Amino acid sequence: MNPLERYASLVEDREAFFDACERPLPSVVRVNTIRSTPDRARQALDEEGVGYEEADWNPQLLRLDERGPGTSWPYFHGWLHGQEEVSALPAIALDPQPGEKVWDSCAAPGSKTTQLSAMMDDCGVVVGNDNNLGRLSALRHNAERLGVTNLVVTKQDGRNFSLKPFGFDEFDRAIVDAPCSCEGTIRKNPDTLDQWTLDHVHSVAAIQKGILSRAIQATKPGGTVVYSTCTFAPEENEAVVDHALETEDCEVVEFDNPLESRPGVAEWEGDEYDPSVEKTHRIYPHLNDTGGFYCAKLEVTA
Amino acid sequence: MSDPETGDTGENSEGDNEGDLQDNVGQRFGRLPATADDREVKGRASREEVVDFFAERFGIEASVFEGFTFWEKGKGKIWIFADEMPSPIRIEGLGMTVLRTRQEHWKPTHSAVERFGRHATKNVVDLTPEQAATFARGEDQDFPEWDGDWGYLIAAHELAGEREPIGVGLYVYDELRSTVPKGNQEALSVL
Repeated sequence: MNPLERYASLVEDREAFFDACERPLPSVVRVNTIRSTPDRARQALDEEGVGYEEADWNPQLLRLDERGPGTSWPYFHGWLHGQEEVSALPAIALDPQPGEKVWDSCAAPGSKTTQLSAMMDDCGVVVGNDNNLGRLSALRHNAERLGVTNLVVTKQDGRNFSLKPFGFDEFDRAIVDAPCSCEGTIRKNPDTLDQWTLDHVHSVAAIQKGILSRAIQATKPGGTVVYSTCTFAPEENEAVVDHALETEDCEVVEFDNPLESRPGVAEWEGDEYDPSVEKTHRIYPHLNDTGGFYCAKLEVTA
Repeated sequence: MSDPETGDTGENSEGDNEGDLQDNVGQRFGRLPATADDREVKGRASREEVVDFFAERFGIEASVFEGFTFWEKGKGKIWIFADEMPSPIRIEGLGMTVLRTRQEHWKPTHSAVERFGRHATKNVVDLTPEQAATFARGEDQDFPEWDGDWGYLIAAHELAGEREPIGVGLYVYDELRSTVPKGNQEALSVL
């Protein structure tokens, strides 16, 4: 059975949902504002005859007509970075400011991390962490290519991340774009569900809870933590946020989501979650012609 | 020498043996001294020397680097970071690589030239569309038209109405050699 059948009851338009999951994803690039502006990037693509369409919700995101992003001059110069459209959302929800200290707990390969740096005008500190050396090398390569200078790269287990090496002991903001069962990436990787098991969902959820807890603890009171996944499973989304609400000092806050979304679910297969999870966002592929996604914004209360 | 993991040797224990410089410890980042007189690690370039290098070679003003800190990890590999950090620090990455020192001729990195090269006012070669495409592919080319300095130059072309650096070229014997790293080389259109 297709694991996505589990979620048929959550989407109003079953057919549109499954149809969208069958379609390949558009090729999207983000303009790297450390190196260029949307205007110049568009001009460079025009000069090269590369067709594109601007995402209506964000002028920094360009949907390319055809080829992948890797073979154009603006890409060569690090003006552009290939990034799935919906994955630009968590950084926007986090809203990092220049000069702040921000933790990206699961940073590699770095699309979101470098987006954070760009939003901060490459000032302040982004600590990009990952526990896999190979993935870290991709993060380093991407950051270097995009001209990012405010990134600290660390290799730690996010669940017991230590701030000891740095000259400070709390972050202003943190982002947990957690490892997940990746159901929402089905349009990019059609075989992503071949390995799907409920056991894996539960085991990855335990890791997600650990990392999110650490992110909340490592962020100053009044600071912001964003939790996101590219999966539909409530066990990895609302249940993880619910666990954080129960065990850590935090609350769910609203954010201005420019994409069409559905509220988080407060009930799933007999479990009930804190009602405030309805302020979190589920994004199904057919809503904005993107991958599937989940995004929650939390404020640290103590 | 004590266990490098404990970090209790090297730069931070300086002071006991006056006049004796410490060895560079390759696995961690050490901040560059402000000037050569402040040097505590053998052979380590100073911040002043790095900033002077970019000013003298490329005319990039010192003010461009204001607010940045410079670090060494690995022998002669210099990194630039946008903020402060304690030194030494054992992490996987700190900002971006900018320069390789410890050879006779210092070599700016591809990323440094891409990021800061637009501030350069000398030793920049403006390439034609054909030459730019050749350079981006990582290929060497005859370049008799250059009558300036030999050595490392910034290769640039025009894109979207402005000069944009492509990478570091090595000019010797009427030839412009592309040092664009393999992972960045690309077959691009002649604009």
